[in-house]
Amino acid sequence: MSAIHINGESYPLPDDPRTTLLDFLHQNLSLFGTKKGCDHGQCGACTVLVDGQRMNACLMLAFQLKGKNITTIEGIGSNTELHPLQQAFIEKDAFQCGYCTSGQICSGVALLNEMAQSDPSIVSAQQDCSTREDIAERMSGNLCRCGAYPNIVDAIEQVIALERQS
Amino acid sequence: MNPFSVQTLGSEGDVEKLNLDAQTRYLAGGTNLVDLMKHQIETPVSLVDLSEWEGASEIEKTGNGYRIGAMVTNTELANFAWREPSLSVLSQALLSGATVQLRNRATTGGNLLQRTRCYYFYDTAKPCNKREPGTGCSALTGMNRIHAIFGTSEQCIATHPSDMAVALMALNASVSVKTAMGKNRDIALREFYCTPGETPERENVLEQGDLITSVYIPAGTRGTQHYYKVRDRASYAFALVSVAAALELNEETIHSVSLSFGGVGTIPWYPKKALEILQGNKFSVQLLEKAIDAELADAKTFGSNDFKPGLLRRVFLSVMLSLAQRQKKQPGHEGALYENR
Repeated sequence: MSAIHINGESYPLPDDPRTTLLDFLHQNLSLFGTKKGCDHGQCGACTVLVDGQRMNACLMLAFQLKGKNITTIEGIGSNTELHPLQQAFIEKDAFQCGYCTSGQICSGVALLNEMAQSDPSIVSAQQDCSTREDIAERMSGNLCRCGAYPNIVDAIEQVIALERQS
Repeated sequence: MNPFSVQTLGSEGDVEKLNLDAQTRYLAGGTNLVDLMKHQIETPVSLVDLSEWEGASEIEKTGNGYRIGAMVTNTELANFAWREPSLSVLSQALLSGATVQLRNRATTGGNLLQRTRCYYFYDTAKPCNKREPGTGCSALTGMNRIHAIFGTSEQCIATHPSDMAVALMALNASVSVKTAMGKNRDIALREFYCTPGETPERENVLEQGDLITSVYIPAGTRGTQHYYKVRDRASYAFALVSVAAALELNEETIHSVSLSFGGVGTIPWYPKKALEILQGNKFSVQLLEKAIDAELADAKTFGSNDFKPGLLRRVFLSVMLSLAQRQKKQPGHEGALYENR
């Protein structure tokens, strides 16, 4: 089972164990949607989903992910239909330069599940808080140099409201 | 990143079969080690991959306590502890640290062994006794706003970065270890870390090849709990000062008190002097002041971190008074401080 599964496709693991998942996506698979920002786990631009959980692709060596299911921004929606959060990012103008956006969206998609299953955050754990405050805390691992934060929170809040309605 | 070979650990019993030397490192989540390897601060020749280690990702609740597997992630532990009133302070500490992305990957064993975020430890162009023994400490006379006030030496004043370890210390946890020879040993967390002294490169009592297999937290009532973390931004920053505290009052008397401080020590700081003054005595502001002042008598500052003793004093008093208020309002309360928790 020395394969890694990315967006539903299986690939052999890289020969060089030094290869991070992020470099593997870029150099071996030409999947450039996941961005390299700081390359040190500080900015969140490289956020992907590993078995549904958001993680920094720059800090994971690919060989450690044998048998895991990875979802990158290329696997979030489909060629014909955007994920509701992708659509919300457009509607709410939740980006300017767009470099952090793929990481923001992957992170936001995981956040929707975490909040739906009532996982605690430090603000929800320690005090009464608004949904916006909770989202801001949960998204603190994704930096935006353009400062699009209010609109990013708007987009996520919109999808949460949609999900609650349905 | 330098080249390295990879060994795989399938089960705890396989430790003896590994080739473990001074240049071997265990790789769990990798959120710190991989970063240090990129910086060339860690240059292992061999890694032992723990990602397929069976049985190390479980949390076991027994009548006497909780056994946390070394590979349980910070997220898993935070979510579990959130549902256990007697572990509330641990959940709060974990959720105060890092980001969701990092907590999803970082492990219990790895968190205990993470390295300092001292600027000079990371800057390979600068002297650092922890990174390169004998080269000097740049922080002593440099930018030391984030640095320690307890447990320092002329060789090193770097702060221990973990929030989780601070809470575990307050909860009187112990660390279970499998040695390279296959023997088991347990170490109280309060005796696990080493202050820098003359050997800042040695951060804990583990010997070469020792593997943390689990962390044990004894059960017991601890009263009202809180983890208060002061940092330079609202989220995703290391503590300037943090206080992990639990308090149980029996009318006006302190029936039990658990305490630990973060962001102020070269190791997660267990305030023995303060605890000795508090335990079993009548609760009062004067007693709290006496306790924290006794602890702070040993504090040493280095310029940019001169604010830390005062900040720690205020945070300590605020947290303890809040805990006492909740205990008086709801005698026998067990769990998080806030009204609706």
